[in-house]
Amino acid sequence: MPFVPLTDAERRAMLERIGVRSVDDLFTLIPEPLRYPTIDLPPGEPELAAARAVQQLAARNRPASALACFLGAGVYHHYIPSAVGALASRGEFLTSYTPYQAEVSQGTLQVTFEFQSLVCELFAMEVANAGMYDGATALAEAVLMAERITHRSRVVLAGSVHPEYRAVVETYVAPRGTELVVGAVERGDTALHEQDVGDLLDERTACCVVQQPTFFGTIHDWRALRAACDRTGALLVMVCNPIALGLLRPPGDWGADIAVGEGQPLGIAMSYGGPWIGLMATRERYVRQLPGRLVGATRDVRGRRGYVLTLQAREQHIRREKATSNICTSEALLALQAAIYLSLLGPRGLRQVAESCYQYAHYAAAAIAQLPGYAVLTPEPFFHEFVVRCPVPPSELNRQLLAAGILGGLPLGRFYPALADCMLLCCTEMNTREEIDRLVAALAAARRETA
Amino acid sequence: MTEPLLSELSVPGRPGHRVPSPEVPRADLPPAALLRDTLPLPELTELEVVRHFTRLSQLNYAVDTVFYPLGSCTMKYNPKVDDAMANLPGFAALHPYQPLELVQGALQLLAELERMLAEITGFAAVTLQPAAGAHGELTGMLMIRAYHLARGDQARRRVLVPDSAHGTNPATAAMCGYETVTIPSDARGNVDLAALERALGPDVAALMLTVPSTLGLFDERMLEITARVHRAGALVYGDGANLNALLGVARPADLGIDVFHLNLHKTFATPHGGGGPGAGPVAVRAELEPFLPVPVVRRRDDGTYYLDYERPQSIGRVRAFGGHFGVLVRAYTYLRLLGADGLRRVSEAAVLNANYLRVALQEWYEVAYNRPCMHEVVLSGRRLKAHGVRTLDVAKRLIDYGFHPPTIYFPLVVEEALMIEPTETESKATLDAFIAAMRAIAEEARQQPELLREAPHQTPVGRLDEVTAARRPVLRWPVPDWVGEPPRAAGLVPPEER
Amino acid sequence: MTPDDRRYSVEHEWAKVEGDEVVVGITDFAQSQLGDVVYVELPKVGDRVEQMKVMGVIESVKAASDLFSPVSGEVVAVNDAVIDAPQKINESPYEEGWLIRVRPERLDELNNLLSAAEYERHISGQGTTG
Repeated sequence: MPFVPLTDAERRAMLERIGVRSVDDLFTLIPEPLRYPTIDLPPGEPELAAARAVQQLAARNRPASALACFLGAGVYHHYIPSAVGALASRGEFLTSYTPYQAEVSQGTLQVTFEFQSLVCELFAMEVANAGMYDGATALAEAVLMAERITHRSRVVLAGSVHPEYRAVVETYVAPRGTELVVGAVERGDTALHEQDVGDLLDERTACCVVQQPTFFGTIHDWRALRAACDRTGALLVMVCNPIALGLLRPPGDWGADIAVGEGQPLGIAMSYGGPWIGLMATRERYVRQLPGRLVGATRDVRGRRGYVLTLQAREQHIRREKATSNICTSEALLALQAAIYLSLLGPRGLRQVAESCYQYAHYAAAAIAQLPGYAVLTPEPFFHEFVVRCPVPPSELNRQLLAAGILGGLPLGRFYPALADCMLLCCTEMNTREEIDRLVAALAAARRETA
Repeated sequence: MTEPLLSELSVPGRPGHRVPSPEVPRADLPPAALLRDTLPLPELTELEVVRHFTRLSQLNYAVDTVFYPLGSCTMKYNPKVDDAMANLPGFAALHPYQPLELVQGALQLLAELERMLAEITGFAAVTLQPAAGAHGELTGMLMIRAYHLARGDQARRRVLVPDSAHGTNPATAAMCGYETVTIPSDARGNVDLAALERALGPDVAALMLTVPSTLGLFDERMLEITARVHRAGALVYGDGANLNALLGVARPADLGIDVFHLNLHKTFATPHGGGGPGAGPVAVRAELEPFLPVPVVRRRDDGTYYLDYERPQSIGRVRAFGGHFGVLVRAYTYLRLLGADGLRRVSEAAVLNANYLRVALQEWYEVAYNRPCMHEVVLSGRRLKAHGVRTLDVAKRLIDYGFHPPTIYFPLVVEEALMIEPTETESKATLDAFIAAMRAIAEEARQQPELLREAPHQTPVGRLDEVTAARRPVLRWPVPDWVGEPPRAAGLVPPEER
Repeated sequence: MTPDDRRYSVEHEWAKVEGDEVVVGITDFAQSQLGDVVYVELPKVGDRVEQMKVMGVIESVKAASDLFSPVSGEVVAVNDAVIDAPQKINESPYEEGWLIRVRPERLDELNNLLSAAEYERHISGQGTTG
């Protein structure tokens, strides 16, 4: 069912009006041997059959919501208040497009303006854009932006920036000959040690990228790094978790020049990888270097307040090869979801979610640290994630946890070979004390499988 | 009635969403230096939030409410079952790092969708990673770059882009380190073959071609163009934004294209969301398969699926974690509804509808290119200047008639362009109503041009001062006084002021 | 009318000799093509500019154009007034809307530019498409 409403009679009337005998006559420019190829796909299904087939695929998965979830690492299992989905699924939001005609898009435009404002408040930064695809591409674009501003091509990344974010940055800078320097991460017996990236900066450095909390969960004081950036003229780029910012000092306070983050924790489903939204904010003086859409407030011909896309001369549809980015469609619906989430929670609610994450993680870490054979390697202070050294290979451990209905942490060997015996555990407000006790008990009972 | 900002509705102390307290002994928080001092978020009750966003939604035109013929955007009906499937917990609550045994249904969906898109386009392999069309362009052009470098060819520094191309094309080429060379279109809207031939050489990596073009036209010498590009050792990048004209009718791979991106939020009916999310899968010829971004979904002989990261020639990651899975579920569901038989019916109806509009509207408007169009038709508003009106004014007046305007001032090669894409899901009755409105507006342009110039008349806001918005950008709250009266929420007007 | 007390580039900039400096701006045709100017990015005092090389950017709501310097030399003054009020460029492109003053390296470079009459012929050939 292709949702085509034309009846045969209408088709005939239209063909006659156009002056052709059949629709085929409208495709004559396509070389005949290539026209109407055989497409080896089954015929179309009615909704009932298609839905059943897709539901069967969904049923073959075991989602985090059906387990006690302790898996994080950049994507988080948080509670999504029901009002988020109810509002975001309204057809007026869902089926409109980029608000080029402002008079009939004030809904989308004001939501985006509010989203920009909320990100500014959360990050304590002066200006935020309408969103990028995700946190990783937002970081890649931030690096490109820093290179444009400073006219430098050396970039320093802390080793504790999410490894997949680093991989995306590498892809984006590959055509530019950027020198990418990554700080070292070492593991001691009892703690991870990170190289101070301030030591890696020089006058050729466009920016320094750090993450708060780090990939390993640690919270840092960035004052010394800000000073190192001041000395060398490098920009400070911070990757932040927006839930953590319900509690932690925001990037603006640390003097970040550009702040990015993944908006998924703000009322957006994990959905096996997306869609999500990249948060991006900067200082007002750099606004013309910011990629992505910007919505501004203005007045109409009668002096009434309204919102419009503005500063579009930066963007691809005007500036073309000199644009700040090629981005066109971004993540407007997810910006709406994040704005609704933040509106529902407010400052107290967001802080409570953050504190719950913090308290559950500390309760779990304290208990696990007592278990023989285990060690918590993430030094204090940490937020809601921590690295655990395990006496059983982490993947094997996770299989045993799964049998107890627990989704264990991320085995870190795939990103950090020196941490092959470690996993990254995460707690959020979705966990309960009972789940954590069960996790600890299962870890205690874990046995190394004999080969 | 317009709507105040969240910050203006906020009242300190308003109770928001209640979060359970953690049931564990309280550990000390980090030192104060690491904690924030204030969190200036607005404070509203859930009811206030619901009213606020519901009222904002009512300020939008959308496919669900009106005809929305934005050219090259393919604003077709978004089947509701697609959303229902994407929201199933078995999809929505999957963490991308879950062990693969727990997500075999998801991986199977990805593999099947790849196969469907490969079959429809005629290519050997597909990546579903890119988050939007432009992201797909970046992915595809990075693969072309990798292809040439792998052959040891470092000399190819330029990319050819037709003057009718969407701005993302040259912007993408620049992000990949290429210099763009613009190729003019000829009088019939085709790529100027002589200009193309002059530009081709050993320093050209690729030609980026939108098929059909942004003029809504199928190039009359498509095969000749792609053959010449290949003879010069370059590749053809196909921008698939307009694929709605060719489903089941022609396969881009058969036309000589090497790398091709699709826009799932256009051709494959996933909702546009007010500006995303989209998805921009990229399909490639077999020889470009090694360069696909990681990871690649693979199927073992025992029928289980896994993610392949062992790809030494890959361009790397274009996104963390995975693709826009929620969007991919929708496209997959849509394609099951469509089936092989449905594809051709989509494109035939899309092309029929556009030509019906072309023939009807040419009585009062100038059609930019005097030949059958594909799924969209481009008009020029140049003749209206004699009455003191422009394409912009026609677009704004259409709003008064209850239509979302078509795309305006694109493509750049048509003066005062008006690009109309009806899509296949619109009825003849809707098209006839649109034609009637356009006819009325043409008449108004002659008799009462001020009706157009001052349009729209009935919307909550009229034309906005974009100049001041750009000169004195106000990009967050609180807003200064000059942006106009803060509207009061309906119902909060004191009785004495009504 | 196009003032004949100065020379013009094909990219719609003008150069007027005043003593040992050259004043630079954009033409009336350029400002009307651009529409209301919202932003202009100019070189700094002390920067070196080169004839027919990009020296800055000028933006309207719907367009952004590179600015090409019509002469080579050192920038000795920048018109801050247009940075704060870019509409001056639309209102008075040849007078108050000047952009920069340059100490030229070689005055004979001006011979590479067009006279007022030649510039008028140049723009009449351009038609009205941007």
